[in-house]
Amino acid sequence: MNKPLSDFPGGLKLRGHKKRSTQTPIRKTPLSDKLILPLQQHIGAAAMPVVSVGDKVLKGQRIARADGHVSVCLHAPSSGTVVAIDEQAIPHPSGLSAPCITIETDGEDQWIERHPVENFSEMSAHEIRQIIRDAGIVGLGGAGFPSFIKMNPGVHHTVETLLLNGAECEPYISCDDMLMRERADGILDGVEIMRHALRARNVILAIEDNKPLAISAMELALAARPHLTNTSIVVIPTRYPTGGEKQIIQVVTGKEVPSDGLPIDIGIVSHNMGTAYAVGRAINHGEPLISRIVTVTGTDVTHAGNFETLFGTPISELLEFAETKRQPDEPFILGGPMMGFNLSGDNLPVTKTANCILVGVEDAAPKTDPLPCIRCGDCASVCPASLLPQQLYWHSRAKEFDQTQDYNLFDCIECGCCDYVCPSKIPLVSYFRFAKTEIMNQEREREKSDLARERFESRQARMEREKREKEERQRQRKAALAASKAKKEKEAAAKAETAEAADKET
Amino acid sequence: MPLFRISPPFLAGTNRVTLQMLQVLMAMVPAVAAMVVFFGPAVLINISLALVTALLAETLMLKIRKRPVKPFISDGSAAVTAVLLAVAIPPLSPWWLTVTGVLFSIVFAKHLYGGLGYNPFNPAMVGYVLLLLSFPLEMTTWLPVLSLADNPLNFSQALQLIFSGETSGGLVPDTVSGATPLDAMKTQIGLDILPEYIVNQDLFGMLGGLGWEWINLWFLLGGLFLLYRGVINWHVPVAMLLTLFVFSSLTSLFAPDITGSPMLHLFSGGTMLGAFFIATDPVSGSTTVKGRLVFGAGVGALTYIIRIWGGYPDGVAFAVLLMNMLVPLIDYYTQPRVYGATSK
Repeated sequence: MNKPLSDFPGGLKLRGHKKRSTQTPIRKTPLSDKLILPLQQHIGAAAMPVVSVGDKVLKGQRIARADGHVSVCLHAPSSGTVVAIDEQAIPHPSGLSAPCITIETDGEDQWIERHPVENFSEMSAHEIRQIIRDAGIVGLGGAGFPSFIKMNPGVHHTVETLLLNGAECEPYISCDDMLMRERADGILDGVEIMRHALRARNVILAIEDNKPLAISAMELALAARPHLTNTSIVVIPTRYPTGGEKQIIQVVTGKEVPSDGLPIDIGIVSHNMGTAYAVGRAINHGEPLISRIVTVTGTDVTHAGNFETLFGTPISELLEFAETKRQPDEPFILGGPMMGFNLSGDNLPVTKTANCILVGVEDAAPKTDPLPCIRCGDCASVCPASLLPQQLYWHSRAKEFDQTQDYNLFDCIECGCCDYVCPSKIPLVSYFRFAKTEIMNQEREREKSDLARERFESRQARMEREKREKEERQRQRKAALAASKAKKEKEAAAKAETAEAADKET
Repeated sequence: MPLFRISPPFLAGTNRVTLQMLQVLMAMVPAVAAMVVFFGPAVLINISLALVTALLAETLMLKIRKRPVKPFISDGSAAVTAVLLAVAIPPLSPWWLTVTGVLFSIVFAKHLYGGLGYNPFNPAMVGYVLLLLSFPLEMTTWLPVLSLADNPLNFSQALQLIFSGETSGGLVPDTVSGATPLDAMKTQIGLDILPEYIVNQDLFGMLGGLGWEWINLWFLLGGLFLLYRGVINWHVPVAMLLTLFVFSSLTSLFAPDITGSPMLHLFSGGTMLGAFFIATDPVSGSTTVKGRLVFGAGVGALTYIIRIWGGYPDGVAFAVLLMNMLVPLIDYYTQPRVYGATSK
């Protein structure tokens, strides 16, 4: 396909630092003695444990079931014994703990019986989605949204394009790059299944031009599948944040996702390359999602590279395996240097969304007190959503949240480009997150008070009604009483009359 | 290497406010050198005086407002204000004129509004206009370019004139001063002399005023350097110069007797200084792309209108301040279309 590429406004050319972690093939992280598995590793409701302490589990055995619609299952990454189901520290910026299942591995790494699908093309979309959900697959690009939901376009939509996002635009991260280089065929397995389930007319595999080896590996694998028609590899320019869902859609198709809508509204479904690979494993091999490729890199990592790591493996062990110069409890970054977050603590486990662990960045943002905004507008010129960060900042700072919404605060994707270029070094994204949280809290409060008011009003109305009904009943009773009294009197009078008449006659 | 920031992004570009201000100062060096060549060393005395006053006033205000002195004094914004004001006022201005203007710029126009980033008006231009309104005589006694001067001043003479109002040889400002080209143009048009004859006088050069055209050219070059370095955007200067050019072209076509040629307008007075160094002040200017075009065009149009029909020979300062007032309105109505916005 030779359709010219479109472009998104703003963005940054960042140094990639990718070579640091792409010099060695993907390695397997050694099996840890203990695997800590948070019940919530995805967006939505936490999974419900289906094992109890003391249970023996096999590799790939389901240990927690999906709870509600937006939820996925969780599986034992290796064989062993469940030793605890309790609160553990999780890799979350809040530093809070959350319910986890802890498995002590037995070293056997013994698989549960697997049920590969012989021919997925005979399966219905519904059956495929069910397997994907049961396999615990979530978006592996970082957000962790349950993938089966994005596999369901609904009856009102047709899928024009299935877009596979291989941009990986954040510096340092290379897990998708290495996956494409080494397992292109596995990715295409998943792509075929996704396409079948979505009935997508065409498929676009979008890859940034700083990954020539991944591109050629994917091209080679694609050439070997002549039956995969209307499928093309689109090489896109390397520019941050081109891997953002909205941005990659704009670059590849020229279309924009409506502000209050989803990509499916314009006939596009996008998935991460790693997710496609996981789908292929789940359907063709019967393997649930129990591991992922994690990039371990940074200036302090001696053997930076990509590691296929079981979920639950303590990050500290992974860092040790990569020979990281690091003090215990020294902070590290989970995710990329632009959108990842800062963590410290040694017992934190690798989860489904852990794409990169970064220890030591070059050109690190120095800690300086920000100067006032001088309205230079550099932030606006790099904003991929064409927002005016300087105005958003002004109003966020003043807590004028209505105005921030006038300036489309919720279209901010928090890519951090504005922070990066700000000459006053203002932490703009932090202000925007603060404003968003405040607005959401206010809305929740309002809903709560609305609910309370409604409840109060309906109670008032009910009491009013009951009072009226009571009065009505009393009135009716009184009336009935009065009527019967009058009747009795009448009868008595009639009786008296007849008696009188009888008296007269006699 | 330890991490410094606790929230993403953890990377940062190299851009700093101080760096921008330093580049602005650097970009003015050639034009200031040209001013020294054409008007003598008085220009440098003026700039030094303004710089010292500005930095002292800035420090004092920061202390009074209980703000950290070091980060704010080193941001360079006070220095930029001082130099802009110093090159805008006549080189032989008495010392108290410069000091008054700078003090008013820094204390009133900047710090009383909240300091760096919060001033709605361009501080240098506020200072300039205060001086222009309060001391019209001093503000209009410019030096003639050296080649036209009867008594070219040396450094010590300039120093004496600025600080005591008289040289040891008995020279006073009146005896050495002369009108600016724009001033001469305005006065003589008022006497019904045709512009085409006016520009034949010694005061005028090839494009604009003699000397002034070179100063403007060097300011233009400095501005191009700032554009190249990304310190300023092209929108304001281009919109301003284009508007000025179009308007003056129209008059030179249809009413050639009311003002000079387009080139005279572009290369005389404060045109280039205004276009690249004053109207581009981000704090008091418009912050959206479309807004910058409107802002620049407004400054250009008002400058032209004031030059022709106003009471002053030049109008850049007033034009900038008037447009500063409109900035909130311009910004509100020139918001860019946000990604995914549904058409209304």
